[in-house]
Amino acid sequence: MARAFTPKIVTANALIEGDVIYLTADDTWSRNHADAELITDEARAAVRLAFAEAQQDFLVGAYLADAVEGDAGPAPTHFREEFRSVGPSNYNHGKQVEQNNV
Amino acid sequence: MYKYNDFDEGFLRARTAQFRKQVERRIAGNLTEEEFRPLRLMNGLYLQLHAYMLRVAIPYGTLNSRQMDQLAYIADTWDKGYGHFTTRQNIQYNWPKLSDVPDMLDALADVQMHANQTSGNTIRNVTSDPFAGAAIDEIEDPRPVAELLRQWSTDHPEFQFLGRKFKIAVGASEADRAVLKSHDLAVNIVRNDAGETGYQILVGGGLGRTPMVGKVLNEFLPREDLLPYVEAVLSVYNLLGRRDNKYKARIKITVHENGLDTIRALVDERFAELRPTFAGGDQELLDEIRTHFQPPQFKNAPIDAFEAAYESDPVFRSWADTNLAPHKNENYAIATISLKKHGETPGDATSAQMRQLAQIAREYAHDELRISHEQNVILPHVHKSHLPAIHALLRSEGLATANIGLISDIIACPGMDYCALATARSIPVAQKIATRFDELKLEHEIGALKIKISGCINACGHHHVGHIGILGLDRAGVENYQITLGGDGTETTVIGERAGPGFAYDEIVPAIERLIHAYLELRDSEEETFLQAYRRLGMAPFKDALYPEAAKKNAA
Repeated sequence: MARAFTPKIVTANALIEGDVIYLTADDTWSRNHADAELITDEARAAVRLAFAEAQQDFLVGAYLADAVEGDAGPAPTHFREEFRSVGPSNYNHGKQVEQNNV
Repeated sequence: MYKYNDFDEGFLRARTAQFRKQVERRIAGNLTEEEFRPLRLMNGLYLQLHAYMLRVAIPYGTLNSRQMDQLAYIADTWDKGYGHFTTRQNIQYNWPKLSDVPDMLDALADVQMHANQTSGNTIRNVTSDPFAGAAIDEIEDPRPVAELLRQWSTDHPEFQFLGRKFKIAVGASEADRAVLKSHDLAVNIVRNDAGETGYQILVGGGLGRTPMVGKVLNEFLPREDLLPYVEAVLSVYNLLGRRDNKYKARIKITVHENGLDTIRALVDERFAELRPTFAGGDQELLDEIRTHFQPPQFKNAPIDAFEAAYESDPVFRSWADTNLAPHKNENYAIATISLKKHGETPGDATSAQMRQLAQIAREYAHDELRISHEQNVILPHVHKSHLPAIHALLRSEGLATANIGLISDIIACPGMDYCALATARSIPVAQKIATRFDELKLEHEIGALKIKISGCINACGHHHVGHIGILGLDRAGVENYQITLGGDGTETTVIGERAGPGFAYDEIVPAIERLIHAYLELRDSEEETFLQAYRRLGMAPFKDALYPEAAKKNAA
């Protein structure tokens, strides 16, 4: 039996900076996880991933990651995605300091 | 140290120019990521969790002050003002932009450095003993042989598409300070009963998913046979090694599946073909390389300043007792500078620290620096009279931590704070253990102890050969840490034994603390190290300390 589809977001790394980016509902890319489009339908997930993968000259390694609806928008469910959404824990570098500039 | 000739310089400049064009084509959309990826990997450029990462080779761990200054300049100009020294004597920059990487490679080439073959399925940076040229127990300086192997392996047309990466280390001492037995191939410079110098060749060592201790492929290889023999080993591996399964592709598996005797016979056969094709040019090159590695002009001066400081300054004395090793010249010392200040990231150095280290090397230490696989920096040649001044300069940059070989001198891979392959974090675990034992003020009482932490099964943090090894895994979506005990990464290499079920992120430090308290109670004297106590007593009492509930149940 196929597993039930769990909500997803489309994420990748930006080509130049390597920074983590998220696909929004209006076809733009945000550096903020909460701006991502939360996809609840499997067919739409495939379409959105294909849309992302076509943008080779802007990003690297698009994939679908699990997420849930949070207070401010979609939130990660796995700790790996959580770390990707904030930055490393040993220094105040990455998104945790840059988030305000988005 | 080795200085590039016109050929080397031309080769490197052509290579960086080539990569600059490749980056331009990728950014312009003329190369897909699939096409570009192998090209960037050949030049040491990874894409990690939050950013790109550039891995720069430090061949056999040797740097001069100008190079260290340049590493600091690169950190400030194109990164976030620091670098991470790794267990394979490389330095990694964690935040470069793709468009800046060609400039970074040019800046490296300006000081005869590069990122070639620091990734990909090629022969990687050749590593060696960080005490080379200074160690009291060495037969000779192993670095000329390492440099010969570096030149031979760079862009070697036959070995650019191996089944998997291939790591070579070179040693020349009784004590193994280069984890020789955990390398795909190790060249150990030895002397036979007749007093001749030659090479013992070890093969098939490696950590990762299936840890193996390197085996002796050749007990004594004559000097002039080195390159054809190593080429024969690579050649056999290239054909015989598996390409169907990434986890079975390293030479350790090839050796394991085919048997050492079969491999030896195949290598001998291939060697017989290759040997006549080496007409002696390699030996001439080695002789030429040797001229670059002459020992420094050792100073003959009194060491009263050292003795006075040692008597009067307890902080200096503690540092000297912990961080100095004997040098072949009795008026000199080998000073290990800790990049493991309690609570800091193991192996990280800020640009200011790098500049201070460069300045110290220039002024007081014959312009030589080394990076160790234990992620520290070494001044291999220090006249003892300079040590008090050096110590003061180290203190001013937070580099005077007296913890070499102790519980807080932890190897840790970048783990899930940076690495795309990681399954859990390593750095914060190392930080918490170091901080905790510093608070307890137990570090010096515990004595010699090596903790090594990896954030995934690939074992970049060498956890299998830690006296205490910690492996971070993802267990059902939660970070979980397995403990191994009794590992050893020296000439008596042993793979540690798994203690039992893993611990959650917030349980791992208390578990280590229970383990250490058990050791302190169990040891038969203050001289018995953790590893010795483990070897004497076995796993059982340590397991009881790690899992008190299970121990209670068994006792009931």
